[in-house]
Amino acid sequence: MNYLVSVLLLAISTALINNMVFHYFVGNCPFIGVSRRVDTAFGMGAAVTFVVTIAAALSWIMTYFVLAPGAPLTAAVLRLVRPGSTAVADLSILNYIVYIFVIAWAVQLVEMYVRKFFPPLYKSFGVFLPLITTNCVILFTCLEIMKHVPVAGAPVAEPWGLDRALIFAFFAGIGFLIAIVLMAGIREELEHCDVPAPLRGPGITMIIAGILALAFLGFTGMDTTLARRLAPKPPPASAETAARPAP
Amino acid sequence: MSERKNDGPTPMERFLGGLIPENPVYRQILGICPSLAVTNTMEGALTMGVAALFVLLCSNILISLIRPLLKPHLRILVFTLTIATFVTIADRVLAAYLYDMSKQLGPYIPLIIVNCVIIARCEICASKQRVFTAAADALGQGLGFTLGLMTIATVREILGFGTWFGKWLGWRVIPATAPAHWSNWVIMILPPGAFLTLGLLLGVFNALTAKKEKAA
Repeated sequence: MNYLVSVLLLAISTALINNMVFHYFVGNCPFIGVSRRVDTAFGMGAAVTFVVTIAAALSWIMTYFVLAPGAPLTAAVLRLVRPGSTAVADLSILNYIVYIFVIAWAVQLVEMYVRKFFPPLYKSFGVFLPLITTNCVILFTCLEIMKHVPVAGAPVAEPWGLDRALIFAFFAGIGFLIAIVLMAGIREELEHCDVPAPLRGPGITMIIAGILALAFLGFTGMDTTLARRLAPKPPPASAETAARPAP
Repeated sequence: MSERKNDGPTPMERFLGGLIPENPVYRQILGICPSLAVTNTMEGALTMGVAALFVLLCSNILISLIRPLLKPHLRILVFTLTIATFVTIADRVLAAYLYDMSKQLGPYIPLIIVNCVIIARCEICASKQRVFTAAADALGQGLGFTLGLMTIATVREILGFGTWFGKWLGWRVIPATAPAHWSNWVIMILPPGAFLTLGLLLGVFNALTAKKEKAA
């Protein structure tokens, strides 16, 4: 398949069909907590998109070179320490601890960098950046990427290079941004409505999220249809190239 | 982290408080992610609840033991790494003994690391209280969390599949020869059903609490 087409399909399926909030239920705490106003919701979504892309790159690199079974760096260290050993270096038991460390580190790094070089941006992200460390979207993205990192020892079903992992992470963040901004828009209008007392606050937000999730179910199958439409049609194309006179 | 001996609720009050009055799912609205994601079957809900209870109990005890060593600016990182260690243990145990369940829950077991319930209990209780108090608190909150998950799963599994513990015990709540106008509500198993169920149950829980407070 054409590279650009496959990127487009991955983007659509990550951001819309398998939306982080409405399909995987991750990132619900900020989705409920920070969706009162559109501008703060947009700030939160943008900050998450920013951090998730960086954390995904770091965790792909860590998994590929250090953590996966038979990873090159770990194998090299093993050969140095125990020359002639035939054991397969496997640090995958440390996956979760390393990911959470990488995420915390990435958040700190992004916070310092943004504060130093983009003060206005820092002002608008402000309180959201430290909160992101415990945002499920980031860890979930790292875990999804973990399943797709090409490993020397055990082949995975659908190996992703660093580029694919970055696209996945970026559009996971965009999906979260879409969801939280939609929700904030609805909740701003909701303030003028007379909601039954027991449902006020989180209750009605959940029900609205359910209706939005119903709407997002409508995207199901969009990627396969698009793939069929965009796929090159082999028989006529080959006939055309065959028919074209050689220069 | 000053030592507090005789203030705040007793261990027993903390344990009972976690079950209903301060239920993590319905009162504190924490840990929404697993309470939506794994509650389409009772088995999933029970496994997730027990795994979270184990992690919560172990990390609360450990944090309570090391509380004199905690530095304020590093404490969240220490909490998270402690939790990540116990989650790794829970994940491996599940993969070894309940392989199918581990496959079904997938990434949601590792996501216990960022479950707000656990970090909140470490921060509010374990880093300030003695071991016994912290353990009682963890048990109460963990059981309350499990209870919350199981009520959601009860509604979703009965309406979605017509069964209760269908995979393990095979109990049918709605008989297979149900009237022709009954058919399984597939939407309850799909993501929208999770949001709708939790929203409506929150409403029911709030209404009941308000009624009780008015009566008292």
